[in-house]
Amino acid sequence: MSSQTIDAPKPRPSRLGGTLYRGREGMWSWVLHRITGVAIFFFLLVHVLDSVVLNISPEAYNAVIGTYKNTLLGIGEIGLVAAICFHAINGLRIIAVDLSAWAARNQRLLFWIVVIIWAILLAGFVPTQLYHMSQEVH
Amino acid sequence: MSATIESPRTPVSPRKKSRTNWEKWGWIYMRVSGVVLVILIFGHLFVNLVAGQGIAAIDWAFVAGKWANPFWRIWDGLMLWLALIHGGNGMRTLVNDYAHNVTVNRVLKWAILLAVVILIILGTYTVTAFDPCPTDPSLSFCK
Repeated sequence: MSSQTIDAPKPRPSRLGGTLYRGREGMWSWVLHRITGVAIFFFLLVHVLDSVVLNISPEAYNAVIGTYKNTLLGIGEIGLVAAICFHAINGLRIIAVDLSAWAARNQRLLFWIVVIIWAILLAGFVPTQLYHMSQEVH
Repeated sequence: MSATIESPRTPVSPRKKSRTNWEKWGWIYMRVSGVVLVILIFGHLFVNLVAGQGIAAIDWAFVAGKWANPFWRIWDGLMLWLALIHGGNGMRTLVNDYAHNVTVNRVLKWAILLAVVILIILGTYTVTAFDPCPTDPSLSFCK
């Protein structure tokens, strides 16, 4: 076996700057896509089950849906919509990166476009939701 | 001292020969259902949370009003099927990535499959069997 010496990889000054594979927009969009996906999946399980109560009686359904109508879950719903918006727009970015060589080369730029569209959607949704929450009459 | 390092693309176990490439169809399904779900879920969120009085107005009568029109039943039913299968397949991907123990991996994937199948059955029953009129015949659309 012939021996060969290669240079040890230089230590990076900071992990935040990323390595060849890790720590940049590509990785963070992937991490966020997974986290938002799991969160949406678990909400979906609960959401289908609360809808099943529709066929039991109007009173039962109103009682169940009434538990959503408080400040904590109203804020939680903002988190849910934020997760859905990111997962949706970033999903479209993934499709673009898969289908187009241009998008693959510019995936980093596309990530920031996703963030901007996400921020615009939430800038529309959050005040609306807060207003609707303030309108509730119990 | 020498160690054998397998080629990075060597599968853990030899792959079974199958006529259908299910992973490819899963990959395609995630993208096709994803695009449709963007439209369906954004529409769902807009109508239920943004338009009108949003969350403050959601109750049984709100749903009855929507489901008086078959359009919204088909919309919600399609959303149910596409989203649960999309989410179930996504969870399967995560389990394959992180659950290295064979038993844990298998148990988790069966649990996901079971949850998806049960919820699709329950949800489909909910959206098709819903009938507002016997409960409240005074509703305008029951006449």
